[in-house]
Amino acid sequence: MQPTQLDLVRGTLDVLILKALVWGPLHGYAITRLIRLRTDEVLLVEEGTLYPALWRLENKELVEAEWGLSENNRRAKYYRLTAEGQRHLRQETKVWTAYSAAVGKMLSATHSPVAESAK
Amino acid sequence: MTRTPIWRRYARLFGADPAADVADEVRFHLDAHVDELVKRGWEPEAARREAEQRFGNVGAVQQTGVRMRQVHARTQAQTDRWEGYLQDLLFAFRTLRRDRSFSIITILVLGLGIAGNTTVFSVVNAMLLRPLPFADPEELAWLASGRRTNPKGTSDLSNSTYTVAAYEEIQRRNQSFRSLTTYNPFLSESDFTLTGRGEPQPMAGVMVAVNFFQTLGVRPARGRLFGAEESGTGGRPAVLLTHDTWRRLFAADPGIIGTGITLGSQTMTVVGVLPKTFDFGAVFAPGLRIDVFVPAPLDQLRDSGNTLALVGRLKPGVSIKQAQAEADILLPAIHAAHQDWWGDYTSTISSLRDHVSGKLRQSLLVLWAAVGLMLLIVGVNLSNLVMARAAARSSEFAMRIALGAGRWRVLRQLLVESLVLSVGGAVVGIGIAYAVTSSLAHQTAITLPLLSQIRIDGAALAWTLLLAAIAAVVLGLAPGLGISTTELQATLKNTGAGPSGAGKRERTLATLVVSQVAMTCVLLIAAGLLLRSFQKVLDVDLGFEPSRAAVMRVEYNDGGSHERRATTLQDILSRITSLPGIETAGIADMLPLGRNRSWGLGAIGTEAKQGDNVTPIVRVVTPGYLGAMGIRLAGGRDFSWRDGPSNEPVVVLNQAAARRLWPGQDPVGRLALLNGNLKTTIIGVVADVRDHSLELAPGPEMYLSAAQTYPDGAELVVRTALPAAVISKSIMTVLRELNPSQPAVALRPIQQIVDQAVSPRRFVMALVASFAGFGLLLASLGVYGVISYAVSRRTREIGLRMALGATAGQVQLSVIGNALRLAAIGVGFGVVGALAAAKGIESLLFATNPTDPVVFGGIVLLLGAVALMAGYLPASRASRVHPVTALRSY
Repeated sequence: MQPTQLDLVRGTLDVLILKALVWGPLHGYAITRLIRLRTDEVLLVEEGTLYPALWRLENKELVEAEWGLSENNRRAKYYRLTAEGQRHLRQETKVWTAYSAAVGKMLSATHSPVAESAK
Repeated sequence: MTRTPIWRRYARLFGADPAADVADEVRFHLDAHVDELVKRGWEPEAARREAEQRFGNVGAVQQTGVRMRQVHARTQAQTDRWEGYLQDLLFAFRTLRRDRSFSIITILVLGLGIAGNTTVFSVVNAMLLRPLPFADPEELAWLASGRRTNPKGTSDLSNSTYTVAAYEEIQRRNQSFRSLTTYNPFLSESDFTLTGRGEPQPMAGVMVAVNFFQTLGVRPARGRLFGAEESGTGGRPAVLLTHDTWRRLFAADPGIIGTGITLGSQTMTVVGVLPKTFDFGAVFAPGLRIDVFVPAPLDQLRDSGNTLALVGRLKPGVSIKQAQAEADILLPAIHAAHQDWWGDYTSTISSLRDHVSGKLRQSLLVLWAAVGLMLLIVGVNLSNLVMARAAARSSEFAMRIALGAGRWRVLRQLLVESLVLSVGGAVVGIGIAYAVTSSLAHQTAITLPLLSQIRIDGAALAWTLLLAAIAAVVLGLAPGLGISTTELQATLKNTGAGPSGAGKRERTLATLVVSQVAMTCVLLIAAGLLLRSFQKVLDVDLGFEPSRAAVMRVEYNDGGSHERRATTLQDILSRITSLPGIETAGIADMLPLGRNRSWGLGAIGTEAKQGDNVTPIVRVVTPGYLGAMGIRLAGGRDFSWRDGPSNEPVVVLNQAAARRLWPGQDPVGRLALLNGNLKTTIIGVVADVRDHSLELAPGPEMYLSAAQTYPDGAELVVRTALPAAVISKSIMTVLRELNPSQPAVALRPIQQIVDQAVSPRRFVMALVASFAGFGLLLASLGVYGVISYAVSRRTREIGLRMALGATAGQVQLSVIGNALRLAAIGVGFGVVGALAAAKGIESLLFATNPTDPVVFGGIVLLLGAVALMAGYLPASRASRVHPVTALRSY
């Protein structure tokens, strides 16, 4: 694994999947492709791990699935966000934004806060 | 929004196959990836390798997938099932609301059926099934002196009780009982008068041994029970209050404990309050409300003869039989050691439960059977209703099956509908049963034991639920069976009016109606026999005239002297008889059908067999009592005030006593020995008075003069044409003038005493009769229903016949004939059933033959008349069929 490719924080994959479905129903392969493109291939998923995550989301009724036909006429299982899934995504997005902002602030600090308060 | 509708359609179409689903999905992913790579110029082989490598462990993912999909499929199926039930339920509500009259009738009929059953179950439960309301009640036993020879069991108290000495000896020497206790069962409505707290209040009190409550395992709600220091002469006077009395007369004041209250002439310390659950009357004295308990002064009772009723708690592991075996040896031994004892205390030991309600077992089982039969009639009636409804809906069912609903799915829908109806019926039923049982539990006019313990408890609710569940299944399946035999196409084509199916249905309906009539016939005949017995009991010659007579308890103070009592009583009676409206008045210490005591009496004289001793019931009375009660004088004279303390002792016998002592002779003027020591002259003979109950022929009775013997209480009997409410006040005024502490007791019509005595019989009779009446209503509706159906189905045929010249009368006759034929078949079966049932209730009948022709004939006629009426309405409708209209509908 190359140093620039980050390991997926556990649970993040769920949010990514939900987000990927915001624009409409997709099958599993399309979801991987979308995540790969949207994250500029930084977040690399071992594609197989996507499926257990999808199924888990389906069991939790955050997404629902139906069989349909793919672009090249193959039978594919399409996933779609449920209302519950949308709500979940909104909430997770908020949490994630706050989290990443906090981490970003810390990492971009230029001098020691201890020294600052000691003045 | 419905959940996963497409998925569901898919799953239904192919069946759930999680493994294939997962494999398909993974294969699609790999194929798609390969396609994309190939498009970008990869070699297919390399592309596939790349795709698989990027995917990771294909096998592991698939395995996880299958497991997860299975879980998902299961929860999904469960959700679907619940949603299905919810749908069924909503649909059932919709259908039932549409068919409002059907639903209401069904729920009402079922509700009444369930109410009857739940009520009777509660009664049976309280009286026979539920343990007595004491600690470990199965250990409690009742000891009755004397071998019980009469299976009905008399309530001759003197002959089933013990002396103080016998009690003490048995207590000391027995090995069977952990604890033996006693109370004085010679109870009356009001033995004590509470004074010093406003108007003097009558209080019913019971004298109990100090270990009475401990033996029963009753703990006080407040304060304590009696202690050893409260027993015997010189013991501190103490009293225990019932919970009800404490609330009613002392405003539930906890401070009353430890303070003194004045009962009669004595001040007693309230030591405690008994728990709310303890109801002495319910167990030991049906119909009586007891207010207070005092320690029995055993020393004072020592010379009073048989005064104690014995209750014991068996040692662990000792059975009633073993206790009886011990008693059979012990009591003769005790008797042998005490030659001076007057009686032989050979005892019959039974469980307390048997003593309390054993005699009722038969009546209660009959009630239970009757109400069960009523439930069957209800069931048949409702089956009829739902089948008729199913017939009307058969095209709906056929349509749904044709559209792909499974038979099970349709059946399930029907079951859910009937479940809704049954739950409705159960709710109505429990509501009614609750009202009935709580009013029964507060009845004092019915002298049944444990009546106050009747309530709807868990067992009764479980019973109701069971009945409702059975009803749901029966009501749901009855029309369901109809569907499975329905031929779909035929039904769809001719909308259910086809001749063959309808004919079969009519036959089924007719069979059900016949069985309904038969069961109703059994119930009616049983009710008729009980009613006739009841009438016979009411027609019994009581020996006294209850009408226009009323009674009030009187309190006076004679200071223990015969002279003073004689003048006091004479004073009271002369004041009372001078009141306007009072025809005559007299006083007795005990009234018939109430408490009683008996003393020994032996004939003296050469003609009589020496030593021929009888123990007649004793009533100590004043002059005027016989007249006020309406007891007929058969010979000799009534008492007069001249039969005083200084004159020769006199006695009046009843005819039974006269026959026993001087068979075939006139006893007036002869001498007899009272209690083995007092020479008395027989001055008169009166009619036999029913003493224990209306149903037992009276035994020997005798009357003594209140001026010569110690009476046990005083009941003032007046004969008046005025209503009790009017006369009561003026009597009370007179009594209060003579004795300011006269308690505020009510003037009770003597008829009330008689009514109470027959109340158990009336209770059973009234219940069976109401069940039978309800059955009759349902059966007549059944006959009406099936005949109406037949008429509506034959409209065309009838029209044709009228067109061909049949008159309206002929049409009517044939329709009514049909109704009568159904009724006749039902009655035929019913009479056979009733003959068997009558044998079963024979022991409950009084002076009525179980094959009483009046009852059987009357019921057959009644059912015939009802069938006639039920047939008449459809018949007159049929005769109004216009031939042209009927024929045009071809």
